[in-house]
Amino acid sequence: MPDWNEQIRKHLAALNLAPAREAEIVEELAQHAEDRYWELQSGGATGAEARRIALDEVGGHELLARELRAVERPELPEPVVLGARSKGSLLAGLGQDLRYGFRTLRKNPGFTAVAMLALALGIGANTAIFSVVNGVLLRPLSYPDPGRLLTIYETTPEFSQASVAYPNFLDWRRESRSFSDMGAFRGDDFNFTGSGEPEQVSGEYVSASLFPVLGVTPFLGRNFLPEEDRQGAACAVMLSNGFWTRRFAADPNILGKSLTLNAVNCAVVGVLPPDFRFAGNARVYLPIEQYNSVELRTRDDHPGLRVIGRLKPGVTIEAAQSEIASICNALSHQYPKSNAGHGAKLVRMKDDMVAYIRPTLLLLVCAVGFVLIIACANVANLLLARSTARRRDFAIRAALGAERGRVVRQLLTESVLLSLGAAMIGLLLARWGTSLVLAAAPGNLPRSAEIGIDPYVLLFTLVVSLLTGVLFGLAPAFHGANANPQESLKEGVRSAGGGRHRAEGIFVAVEIGLAVILLAGAGLMIESVWRLLQVDPGFNTRNVLTTKVALSPKVMASPAAIRLAFQQLLVRVAAIPGAQSAAITSVVPLSENDSEIPFWPGAGPQPPQDRTTSAMFYIVTPDYPSVMQIPLRRGRFFTDRDNLASPPVVVIDDVLARHIFPGEDPVGRQISIMVLGPVQIAGVVGHVKHWGLDSDDTNKIRDQIYFPVLQVPDKFMSEAVAGLTLVLRTGPEPLSLVSAVRAQVAGPTQDQPIYAVRTMEQIISGSLAERRFTMLVLVIFAAAALLLAAVGIYGVMSYAVTRRIHELGIRVALGASRREIVGLVVRQGMSLAAVGMAAGLVAALALTRFLAGLLYGVRPADPATLAAVTSLLGGIALLACYIPARRATAVDPVVALRCE
Amino acid sequence: MEDQSIDREWKKGSAELLLLSLLEALPRHGYEISKLIEQRSQGALRFHAASLYPLLYRLEKRGWIQGRWVEKSGQRRRRYYRLTSQGRKVLASQRQGWQTFVEAISRITGVENA
Repeated sequence: MPDWNEQIRKHLAALNLAPAREAEIVEELAQHAEDRYWELQSGGATGAEARRIALDEVGGHELLARELRAVERPELPEPVVLGARSKGSLLAGLGQDLRYGFRTLRKNPGFTAVAMLALALGIGANTAIFSVVNGVLLRPLSYPDPGRLLTIYETTPEFSQASVAYPNFLDWRRESRSFSDMGAFRGDDFNFTGSGEPEQVSGEYVSASLFPVLGVTPFLGRNFLPEEDRQGAACAVMLSNGFWTRRFAADPNILGKSLTLNAVNCAVVGVLPPDFRFAGNARVYLPIEQYNSVELRTRDDHPGLRVIGRLKPGVTIEAAQSEIASICNALSHQYPKSNAGHGAKLVRMKDDMVAYIRPTLLLLVCAVGFVLIIACANVANLLLARSTARRRDFAIRAALGAERGRVVRQLLTESVLLSLGAAMIGLLLARWGTSLVLAAAPGNLPRSAEIGIDPYVLLFTLVVSLLTGVLFGLAPAFHGANANPQESLKEGVRSAGGGRHRAEGIFVAVEIGLAVILLAGAGLMIESVWRLLQVDPGFNTRNVLTTKVALSPKVMASPAAIRLAFQQLLVRVAAIPGAQSAAITSVVPLSENDSEIPFWPGAGPQPPQDRTTSAMFYIVTPDYPSVMQIPLRRGRFFTDRDNLASPPVVVIDDVLARHIFPGEDPVGRQISIMVLGPVQIAGVVGHVKHWGLDSDDTNKIRDQIYFPVLQVPDKFMSEAVAGLTLVLRTGPEPLSLVSAVRAQVAGPTQDQPIYAVRTMEQIISGSLAERRFTMLVLVIFAAAALLLAAVGIYGVMSYAVTRRIHELGIRVALGASRREIVGLVVRQGMSLAAVGMAAGLVAALALTRFLAGLLYGVRPADPATLAAVTSLLGGIALLACYIPARRATAVDPVVALRCE
Repeated sequence: MEDQSIDREWKKGSAELLLLSLLEALPRHGYEISKLIEQRSQGALRFHAASLYPLLYRLEKRGWIQGRWVEKSGQRRRRYYRLTSQGRKVLASQRQGWQTFVEAISRITGVENA
C-alpha cells in the first residue's frame, strides 16, 4: 500500500505549517485517500489506477495547497522547540541557535562573565604572544622579494660567523655570479656639530650598492652613486626619515645642504622612507669609503663589516654557498697569511635577524597555549556543571523529538558565542599585553617595530577562539545531548550523570598537569637567573657609571692633542664630588662589544694565521683596574710613565697566563701582538667574564690583554679613540652624577657630548635581559595556571560536596566525625590532584629539556625544582579541597536527608 | 468539461450550505461527507478531498463546526465534525436565503419547484 503520509506531506511542504497542525492534516487526508483507494479497487480499478486517482483527488494540481493556504496560517517562528527537525536552511537554523544562545548567556550573567573572563585572559595572552611571533618570526622582511636576501659572514678558525674584511668583500662582490649584487655596512657613531646642540648620532657606513640590494627607494633625493663610494670622494650623506624630521623639521629643501659629522662636511643626497627599518637604529648613512681607516685596507682586520647579498632569480642558496666557498678557497691561497682557513657562510637575512630568539618565542607559544588549555578546561567544567542543571531541559526537548545532533549544535553554538565574546575582550587585553611584552622584552628583540595587531593576528584570534569554543564545548555538549529523557525526568539532582564526573576529573587532572609543567619551567628559569646573579664577573659591578664620550672634532686632528684631551678629561671627571676614580677603556665587559687581536708568544714573526690565537684587547688608562676593582695577581698595572717614550708593555689576565705560560711567571716575558709588535708583560690581573656571566666559560676567545692608551702609536690613535668609554667609580648612586659628568666632559669648547650612559649594573642586567624576560613571562603564565587550576579543583570539589550532601548527611547521622568527613572529601580531591601532578611531572621531565639552552647552573630535570613546584601545587590543591571539605562538616543530617 | 464547471459553480454558492446540512443530524467524518454528497446528488455533485477538507477547516475556524478525533474499538481514530450552536444558526439562515433565491429563480425561469 502506498505511503499516503509521505505523499500528502509533500503537498503541504510549501505551506510551512506548524508541525502539530501539519501532522493532523496529514493524518486526516491520508485516511481519506486510503478509504478512497479501497473503494476504487472494490469498484474494479487496478491498484495503480486507484492509487493515482486517490492521490489526485487529495492533492491534485496543487488544489489542496492553494485552498489550504487561504485557510491555514503559516507557522510563526518556532519559539523554543530546541532541536526539533529543522525544515529551513542550515543558516536559518543557525540564526535560531544564535538567538537562543544569546538569550541563554544573557540569562546567566554571572556564569557568562566568569567564563568569558577566563577565556579572554587565555585568548588575549595567546593573541599577544602570537602578535610578537607574527611580527618577529612570520612576517617577511619589509623589502621587495625578501626571500632572496642573504647575510654573508666570513668564517675564521675561531668564529663561525665573523665580520668581513673589506678587501674580501670587494673580491666576493667582483667574483661571484650567484648574486645580482652585494652590499656592505658597518655601524659607527658620529659627532654631529654645527647645527644647534652637538649630538652623538648612530649611523652606518654603507657601500653604494647596499640600498639597491635591499630594494630601497629614497623618500627624497637618491641613493649613493658609485663615484661617491670611492676613496677621496667628497662626503655625501643620507638621512633617516626620523632624523630628518627631528633635526631639520622635515625640510623639503634639505637636498644639497651640508651637515658636519666628525668635523667633516657632508652633503645630503637623500632621505630614507619613513618605514625603512634596518639593523640598528641609524640616523645617518655615509658611503663606506668615507670610513677613513687602515682597518678597511687590510684583510687582517674584521672591522665589524657585515655583508648582504641578493641572490639572482633561480639560484639556490646551496649553489651560492658552494660558489662563494670556492672564491674563499682561491683567496686563502692568494693571501695565506690573512686568509688561511677563512671561508664564508650564507644565512637567510631574516633567519640571521631572528633565529636566535626563535626558541624563546616558541617556548612562550607553548607556555601560553597551556594557559589557554587550562582556561578551556575550567570553562568546560563550568559548562558541565551547568549542563547537569539543564539536563531536564534537554530531556524535555528530546521527548518532544529534538535530535541529538541539533542539541549538540545548539550547545556548541553557545560555547562558540562565549569564546567569540571572550575573543573581543581578549583582543583588547592583547593590545595591552603586547605593549607589556614589548616593554619587558630584551632591548635587542629584533623587528620589534613590526609587532602589532594585523589581519593575520585577527585571523589567528578568530581561529583560536572558534577552536577554543569547540574544545571546551564538546564534552559538555555531548553530555547534555546524551540526556536520557526518562531517566532525567524521573531523577533528582543527586545521581545525575556518571560520565560528567569522569570528564570533570580528567579536566582537573589536565589543568594540574599543565600547571606542573609551567611551574617547573618558571622554577627552572628563576633558579637559573638567581644562579647567574651569583656569578662573580671578575670585577665589582656596583657603583660604576659608564658613558661613551666623543672628543671635540678640534682635538681629533693630532694624536698628541687626543692624549692630552683624555688626560685632562679624566682629571676633571675625577674631581667631581662623589667620584672616586675614573678611567677610559676601549671596550666594556658584558656590553656586547668586543675587540679581538691575534697574538703569539715571544718576539718572533707571526706564525701562520691558523696557528695564532686571538685575545680580547682592551686599550685602557692606568686607573682602569681600580675603577673596575679587578684584582692584580702579579707584577704591576700601568702608570702614566708607560708612554711612547718607554718600552711597550701589556697586562694579561690569568687565563692567558695559564694558557701560554703554564706553571711559569709571565711577568717580564714577551708576547707579540699583531700590528703592534713585541711587548713585555708587566703584570697579571684576574679574568673578567667579558662574554656574559653564562657564556664566558665556553667562549673560544678568553685570553685578555690590556694595553695603555698612552702607548697607542700615532697612526692608530684616531681610530683607537673612536667610541671610547669613560668608566667612573662613584660613592653615591652612579646615575646621580650624570649631569656633573656631562658638564665636565663637555670641556672648554662645549663640543664633547656623552652618550650611551649606563651603570654597570644596567649592563649586567641587560646581558641577562632575554633570560629575565623568559623568566618573567613564564612566571606570569605559571601564576595564572596555578590560579586557574586552584579555582578548577575548588569548583569541582565544592560541587562534589553539594552532590554528596545526602550521603554525607547519612554518614554524619551514623556518627562520622568531622575529621572523617574532611578526610573523605580531601582524599577524593587530592587523588585527582595526584593523578594530575604525576602526569605533569612526567610531561615536565620530557618538556623542560627544551629549556636547556636558557638554563644556567641547573639541569632541566632538577629534582629540587620539581619537588618544590610539586609541593607548592600540592599545597594549593590541598587548600582548594579543604575549604569545601570544611563546609561538608557543617552538614546538618536532618536538613541533608530532607533535601530530596 | 461542462460537468466540472457546473460542479464548481454549484459548490461555490452552496458548498457551505451542503456541509452544514449534512452535519445537522449527526457528526460525520470527511470521507463520509464526500460519499453522502455524491450519493444524495446521484453523482451530480462530487467533492474531492482537495477542496472538501480546506472548506471543513474554514468552517471550523469560523466556529460553525467542530472537529474531534474519535477512537472506536477495532478502528483507527477518525476526525468527526459536528455542528456547533453557532453553526446551527448559520444553517437556518442560509437555508432561508437559499429557499428565497431558488423561488425567485423559478419564478423567472418557469422551472417548477421540485
